[in-house]
Amino acid sequence: MIHPAATRDGMFQATALTRRKARTEAIARSVFLAMTLLLVIPLILIVGYLIYQAWPILSLDFLLRNPRNGMRAGGVWAPLLGTLYLVVLSLVIATPIGVLAAVFLNEYARESWFTRVVNLAVVNLAGVPSIVHALFGLGAFVLFAHLGKSIIAASLTLAIMTLPVIIASTKEALAAVPIAFREACWNVGATRWQTIRHIVLPNSIGGILTGVILQVSRAAGETAPIMFTGAVFFKAIREGNPFAYGLFDQCMALSMHLFTISTQVPNVPAALPYGTAVVLLGMVLAVNALAIVVRVYLRARKKW
Amino acid sequence: MVTRRRSEIVAESAIELVIRLCGISAIVFVFGIFFFVFREGAGFLFHGLNLREFFGSIEWYPTSESHVRYGVLALIAGTASVTMLAMAIAVPFGIGAAIFISEFCGGRLRETVKITIELLAAIPSVVWGFIGLTVMNPLIIRLFHVPIGLNVLNGGLILALMSVPVIVSIGEDALKAVPDSYREAALALGVTRWQMVYRVLLPAAKNGLLAAALLGVGRAVGETMAVLMATGHAVKIPTSVMDSVRTLTATVAAELGEAAVGSDHYQVLFIIGILLFSITFVVNLVADLVVRGIRAR
Repeated sequence: MIHPAATRDGMFQATALTRRKARTEAIARSVFLAMTLLLVIPLILIVGYLIYQAWPILSLDFLLRNPRNGMRAGGVWAPLLGTLYLVVLSLVIATPIGVLAAVFLNEYARESWFTRVVNLAVVNLAGVPSIVHALFGLGAFVLFAHLGKSIIAASLTLAIMTLPVIIASTKEALAAVPIAFREACWNVGATRWQTIRHIVLPNSIGGILTGVILQVSRAAGETAPIMFTGAVFFKAIREGNPFAYGLFDQCMALSMHLFTISTQVPNVPAALPYGTAVVLLGMVLAVNALAIVVRVYLRARKKW
Repeated sequence: MVTRRRSEIVAESAIELVIRLCGISAIVFVFGIFFFVFREGAGFLFHGLNLREFFGSIEWYPTSESHVRYGVLALIAGTASVTMLAMAIAVPFGIGAAIFISEFCGGRLRETVKITIELLAAIPSVVWGFIGLTVMNPLIIRLFHVPIGLNVLNGGLILALMSVPVIVSIGEDALKAVPDSYREAALALGVTRWQMVYRVLLPAAKNGLLAAALLGVGRAVGETMAVLMATGHAVKIPTSVMDSVRTLTATVAAELGEAAVGSDHYQVLFIIGILLFSITFVVNLVADLVVRGIRAR
C-alpha cells in the first residue's frame, strides 16, 4: 500500500512518459509473442490434422503389410523397412567419419587458415541443396563407382549429406569438455589419442549421441537424395522378414512412398497418404524427442 | 622411466593419420560434389549448350521433338519468386521470434518455444509438400476463389515455415553474442526492453541477423520436395502470387528420372545442379564472411 502522502505530492505517480513507455513495452512484447506463436501454432495444427485424418487407418497391420493393389491398399511394410535400412547404413558410414572429423577440428587442428577452410567446407556441405546431393550420388556412386541404384549407393549419399550434422554437434560436445581434464591426462603420460579415447570421448558421449540422433531424423525424412540413387516406386518384399533387403537391392522408402502415393498414383484412398505421413512424421519427431530427452538428462547430470 | 612400445607409437601415428583424413573429408566431399556434378554436365556445357538461351530464354522444352529449348529463365524466376515471398515472411517472423526468445522470455517458456521450433525444423520436406498439397491447396482455393491453390503463395508459406528455424537459431546466437554490458548500460539509463532491443541490440547484432537471413535464403533456394509438390509445376514467369511456378530444384527432381543417362536433357539437369550448387555456395560463403566480420571486430 502506497502511503497517501507519497501520491499526493506526485512523487510516485506515473508520468505520461512512464505510461507511454510501459505501453510500447507491452505492445512490443505482445507483438513478438504473437510472431512466435504464429510459428509454433502451425506445427501443432498440422500434426493434429494429419493424425486426425490418418486415425482410421493406423494399426499394427498398417505397419506390417506391404502396399497392395497398385499401392491403393495395404500398409507400409516395404517402405518402412527400406527407410530403416537406409538410416542404419548411412548412420554406420557417417558416424565414425563425422566424429573423427570433429575430433580433428577440436583436438588436433590449430587456429589457422586451413581450419577455417575445413569449417567453411562443413558449413557449405550442410548448405548444398538436397537435389544436388542426389545428382552427386547418381554421378559418383551409381554411375562412376558402378554401385548401381542400390541401398548402398543411397546410404552413401545420405551419409555425406548428413555428415555436417554429426560434425557440428560433436564439435560442440568436445569443446564443452574442460581443458583441465586433458591436461591432467597428459600429465600422467598419456598420448594425445589415449587422452581422447579415455577422457574426451567418454565425457562428451551425450552430445555426440544427440548429433547422431539428429542425423537419423534427417536421414529418415530425406526424399530427393534417394530418389535417383536407390529408392524405387514399388518393390514387394516378404512381410515380417526384417532381412528382406540386400545391400545391392533397390528399396522402397517412406518419404518416397508418401511422394508417390500423393502425386503419382491416381485414386488412392485419402487415408493412405495421411497414414504414411503420420508414420514418417511420428518416426522423425520421436527420434528428435529422444535427442531432446538425452540432452536435458545430460545437462542435469553434468558434473562440472 | 617407462618407454612406449614400438607398436604403440605406430598405432598412435596411424590413428592420427585416420583422424586427419576424416578431418579433411568435408573439403573432399564439397570438391567431390562439384567435380561429379560438373563431370556429368561438362560435355554439353562446353559443346552444344547455348548459354545465352540457357539464361535468357523462358522456353523450357527439353523433350520436344522439333523445338528443343533449354531456357531456365522462367525456372530462375520461379525459384526467386517463391524464395522472396518466403523470406518476406520468414525474416521478420524469425527475427521477431529470436528477439522474443532471447530478450522477452525466460525459463520454461523459452525452453518450450525453442524445442517446438526445433521440432518444426525436423518435419521432413516431403511432409511439408504433402501439407501444401492436401491442406493449403483447398484452403487457398476457398479463401481466394482461384481455380488452383498450388502456387507461389502456397510454396512461399511452406518455405517460410521451413526456413524459420534456421533464422531463429542463428538470429538468437547473434543476439546472444552481444555482450551483456551493452544491455546493462542501456537498462541503467532507464530504457525499456523494447527500446534496448531497437536501439542497442539490433544495431549491435545486425551482421549476425543478416547472416541468419542469408542462411534462410540458402535453405529456401535449395529446398526440393516441398516446392515440387506445392507450387503447381507450371514453367512461366509469375505475375502474381496466385500463379503456379516451377523452381530449378523441382525441375531436376521431376525430370531426372525420365532423362536418358548421357542425353542432352540429362546433362542440362546436371548443369542446373551446378547452378544451384554455385548459388548456395556463394550465399553460404557470404553468410560466413558476414559472421566472421563480427568476430574480427
